[in-house]
Parts: sequence; structure tokens; C-alpha cells
Amino acid sequence: MALKTETMILNMGPQHPSTHGVLRLELELEGELIKNVKPHIGYLHRCFEKHAEAMTYPQVIPYTDRMDYLASMYNNFGYVLAVEKLLGIQVPERVEYIRVIMGELQRIASHLVAIGTYGLDIGAFTPFLYCFRDREKILSLFEMTCGARLLYNYMWVGGLSHDIHPDFVRLTKEFIKSFRPTIDELNNLLSYNKIFIERTANIGVLPLETAINYGVTGPVLRGSGLAFDLRKNEPYSIYDRFDFDIPVGKGLMGTVGDCWDRYYVRVQEMEQSLRIIEQAIDQIPDGDVQAAIPKRIKPPKGTVYFRVENPRGELGYFIISDGSPNPFRVKVRAPSFVNLEVLGELCKGHLVADVIAILGSIDIVLGEVDR
Amino acid sequence: MFQLLYNFTGDAIISTIVVALIPLTIILIYALFAIWLERKVSAHMQDRLGPMRTGWHGWLQTIADMIKMIQKEDTIAAEADKKLFNIAPVLVFTGSFAAYAAIPFSSALIGSEIEVGLFYIVAISSLVVAGILMAGWASNNKYSLLGAMRSAAQIVSYEIPTALVVLTMVMYTGTFSLAKISEMQTAYFWNWNIFGGPEFGITKFLLIPFMIVAALIMFISTLAEVNRTPFDIPEAESELVAGYFTEYSGMKWGMFMLAEYANMLAVSAVVSILFFGGYQSPFGYLGNLFNIKWLIPFEQIFWFLLKGLILVFVQMWLRWTLPRLRVDQLMTVCWKYLIPYAVANLIFVGIISLL
Repeated sequence: MALKTETMILNMGPQHPSTHGVLRLELELEGELIKNVKPHIGYLHRCFEKHAEAMTYPQVIPYTDRMDYLASMYNNFGYVLAVEKLLGIQVPERVEYIRVIMGELQRIASHLVAIGTYGLDIGAFTPFLYCFRDREKILSLFEMTCGARLLYNYMWVGGLSHDIHPDFVRLTKEFIKSFRPTIDELNNLLSYNKIFIERTANIGVLPLETAINYGVTGPVLRGSGLAFDLRKNEPYSIYDRFDFDIPVGKGLMGTVGDCWDRYYVRVQEMEQSLRIIEQAIDQIPDGDVQAAIPKRIKPPKGTVYFRVENPRGELGYFIISDGSPNPFRVKVRAPSFVNLEVLGELCKGHLVADVIAILGSIDIVLGEVDR
Repeated sequence: MFQLLYNFTGDAIISTIVVALIPLTIILIYALFAIWLERKVSAHMQDRLGPMRTGWHGWLQTIADMIKMIQKEDTIAAEADKKLFNIAPVLVFTGSFAAYAAIPFSSALIGSEIEVGLFYIVAISSLVVAGILMAGWASNNKYSLLGAMRSAAQIVSYEIPTALVVLTMVMYTGTFSLAKISEMQTAYFWNWNIFGGPEFGITKFLLIPFMIVAALIMFISTLAEVNRTPFDIPEAESELVAGYFTEYSGMKWGMFMLAEYANMLAVSAVVSILFFGGYQSPFGYLGNLFNIKWLIPFEQIFWFLLKGLILVFVQMWLRWTLPRLRVDQLMTVCWKYLIPYAVANLIFVGIISLL
């Protein structure tokens, strides 16, 4: 005789320690086995796109900070590049170099949070604090440059808000020197830990085809084995001048595209970012940090779509200009939002504990998902 | 101990109460110390300082927290089963506290010198499962329920390798009494069971590898029984918020906390008695050296607590280093690895003992 059984609905979030913000997951459970996952988003919706319509072009920049608050620098970067393309202006060389250095430092900082919190999700508390210790050094560099530690408003249309501090180059070099051994330490403590591998290898395997169908980008896509990185494939700013590799998931510990691959791609990307910074830091030319542009920015009528490789994937800005000082429309293609869609596909048939591991490996920032 | 007091006071009830209060006091003081230690150990492992403001290196922090916890409002969820909800923390605490009754702190200080001490401890610590299940069910919270279910499965499973190792040691020593097992490993550290026991001969050397395996199995499975990392699945912070005690607040939560730390020392004590000589000094006693007999029991308490705390430290060390296993992997470790090894070990130790 078969017993009548029911599935249990478990609401994970919006208040939950590891949904990385205010994501709510509606889990349909059979015991601990996942039958279905429904993400509910919108708890952090701030109407960024609508706000932007009422602002002038430079006034939008602080709002972009608040989308992916772990990679504010890069959000600025994408937005100002889009507006500059719309205006058709060229920024000084010095600005380009500083922007790239800041962007890559931000990428390291963002990946450190991703890796640290991922360890936390799996149950290892200590790597989290090691990561935050090193992120602190990057934040100090940012603070020294522009006074802010999280939301910088540093990159302006046509230039930067401040020039770098005289000590910046020396301190950045010191940081690179001190950070390299930490990556090894992190690998020994977490990446190659037997329990960590057991928890992440062969979990949440994302085949390349599914990844492409869902439109995921960034480390999630590269974890599935495709070397697609806008810095290489569609170089913007001055990325074509630097020598760096695109790490991809190789299935070292399990299947290509599992959680461990996605995690490890981030670890390797930090090393590549260090390489870029090392090359750029010695070449910063002298000059002004602000291009000669009119005080009142009024782009000509037209549309522009500009995409950059944010730490989480392809960050695209679609801007429609009607010739007035305010943008007619600013649409953002947020990488976290697109990457999150694949969660339901990944979680089926796994256990409750794996949902956390999978969600952590996608590395979403709710500020960006909801905007 | 009881006999001593009975002879002194001539009153059975007073003697019983005093004998019961001594371990309780020790545990409470120890728990305050251990919570502080855990904070400091974790802090220094993580490049932090931990509590520094209250007292020297923050040693008063736990006491301050306890005072805060007693003052806190004791909330009970509206849909909770009130009776079970209130009984559960008491039951869990009783379960872990009662284990101390049979643990010999020194040759003179034993709560109750029962012959089947080991058996009693294995039995009484199972009471904790009932408390945890009650807490999980009564909270009427899905996370608590999942945590309680995981915990029940985990503790029941890991009792098997524990019991098998206990059986091995009982077979080898020929007694269930913890005091007698401790007494056997007297004098110097090479007489400890992990080094093949007190009898010198070929069997001693043959036994060493098997004893080490037994000690490891015992330590791992007791780690799982007290829900410590990497086996802290019932209270898996990142998945189940706080597991079975998610809904608890104030001193009831504090009781779970105390029970956890009391449990840590209890299992460490059992491991140290079975393998590391219990209260026996590794290098002989100062009391014997200077011919001061009353000093010996105090030295024994020192050694006992030291060994216990070293093992507690190892538990903390593991907690702040390792990630957490998944619930099915936990069961795999138990049923596919620990139990077969424990059984094989039991057989080999039996054969060697017969030689």
C-alpha cells in the first residue's frame, strides 16, 4: 500500500542568511529533495530606469553605483562609456588607464566577496574573513582616490572625479605583491579542500548549450567552458593593449560547468586582473583627468547600446537620447538578473543544501537583479 | 565522592545534592570559558582579535552575554506547541549534563561510581535526540523541522560507530567502568590505551595502529554526535538559519548553547578516558614526588581538564577550518566508512587481545 505523501513548500528568504540579499525562493520539497524552484524577485526594486529619465546624464552616475553595489566602479565604467559613445568624445589616455586599473581592482574586490560568501554558504567561515581582509585593502585604495568605499561616483562623463593620489601607484604595487600569496592560501584552504570539492563538484551542472540558451554571461558562462569575455572578444576602452587569458571551466574536479568550475573561474580571474593591473600601472601617462567637454551634456538624438564585462557578466546600457539634457530612456541589461533565470534549471533533483551551493556559484547581487 | 561526604555529614540527601552540584558548577564555569575560548580561537584564526573590551582580552564578554540573555524576552511563537517548546531545551541540557554524573574528574571526584558508566553515557546522551526532535517539532517552523529530522538521523546513525568503538574498548579493558579504565592507564603516557595499553609486550605494539584508528573513529563520530563542523548539518547556518533552535530566544536558546559546549567537553572527556588516560598524568605526579598525597586528586583534575580542553580546542580548530558536509554525504561517511572500519577494528583488537 502506498502512503499518501505531500510535497512541502519552503519559502527561502527574503530574510535568509544565504540568499545574498532579499531573494525569495519558493522551494517545493519532497523530504530534502528539490522538486521545483521558483525565484521571486522585486523586493529591492528602486525604479532606477524611471529615475534616470528625470535626471541629466551625469546625474545618473550615482544611481548606477547602487545597482551592483559590489562592483560600483564597473557600473560607472559601463555607463560613462555608453554616454561617451553617444557624445562621440575621446577621453585622455591617462583617464583610460586609470579607469582600467580601477575596474580591475573592482573586479578583484567583487570576486573576493563572491568567493568568500561562497565559502560561507558551504559552511567554511574562515576564508570569508580572509577575503574581506584583502578586499579592505582595495577599498582603502579607492577611498584614497575618491573618498568613498562602496559607492564611488568616480568615473564621470569625459573623465574622472579625482586624479589618483601620489601614493596610489606604490600602494597598488604593494597590494599586488601581498595579494598573490593570498590566492594560494585561499586555494589551499578552500578550493582544494576535499569537503569543499565534494560539496561543489558535479553539483548544478550547467551544460554550455543551456547556458547559451538562457543568455548567461560572465563567470557562469565561462565556467561552462566557453571563453567569452567582452574584454577580449569586443575590446572596449584600452583592453586590447593588455596581455591576459580568459579562464574557463575545465571540469578539473567533476563535470564541466559545475559549481566548482564556476567558483574556480573567479579565482583564476583574480590572477588575470592582477596581470592587467601590473601592465597598466607602469604605463599611466601624465595628463589631465578630464576631457574638454561642455558643462551641459546634451547628446545628439540617437540610441546607443554599450556593453562591458562586469565581474558578473555582460553589463549593457541601452540609452535613447532625444536631444535634451535628460536621457529619454536608460535600459540596463543586468548580468545577475539574466544569470538568475537559470537557477530553476540547475536546482532540479538536488538537495536543499545544494540550492545554496548553486545560488552562491551564480553569484547574484540583488541590487542589480531588481534595480 | 558520595561515600566521603556521607561519612562526613551523615546525611544522604545533602551529600547527593553536593555531589550533583560539583559537576554542574564545573560545567557552567567551563562553558563560560569555552565560549570565550571559541571566540578567541576563531578570531585569531581569522586575523581578528575577537572580544577585547570587557575585561582582560574580553574574558568577561560571555558573562555579560549571559546577563543579557537572562534579561531578554522569552518569545514563544503563536503557533508553537508550548509544552514541548518549553520542555525541549531542558531535556537537551539535562541529557548533556547527566552524562557528567559518570565521568571521573579524578580518582576522588566522580559523581556516581557506577559499574556501567560507559553504557550509561552512551544511553543518556541519546536523550538529547528526543529534546532536539521536540524542539524542531514544537517550533512549528519548517527550518526547525528539517533541522530536527537531520539531527535525529545523524545522531542515531553516528551512535553506531561510537558504540562499536566503545565495545572494542570494553572488550579490551574488560570493564564498563570509566574509573577503572582510567586507573588502568596509570603512571606514564606510554601506558595509555592509544599506545597499546599498560601491558608491555608484543601485543602492545601490534595494538597501536588499531587503537589509533579506534580513537579517530571515536573522535569523528562524537564530533557528529555533538553537531560540530563538519557535521553541523542540523544547525547549518547557511541553509536552515539555525536549525532546530531557530525559534528560540533568551535563556532557552542559552540552554541549547550551554548544552552544546557541555556536550563538547563530555565527548572529549570520554575520548580522553578511553584513549588518553583520562585523569592520569602523563609524567607522574608531583604529589608522589614530594610525598603530598592530597595534591594528587587536584593534579588529576588539572590533567583531566587539560586533556578535555585540548580535544575541545581540536573541535574548534576543525570548525573554523572545514566546510560543512551535505546530509547524504554525512550518512555515506557513517555507513560506508566508519562502521565497516569500526567492525574490522573490533575484530582485529579481539584477535590481538587473545594472543
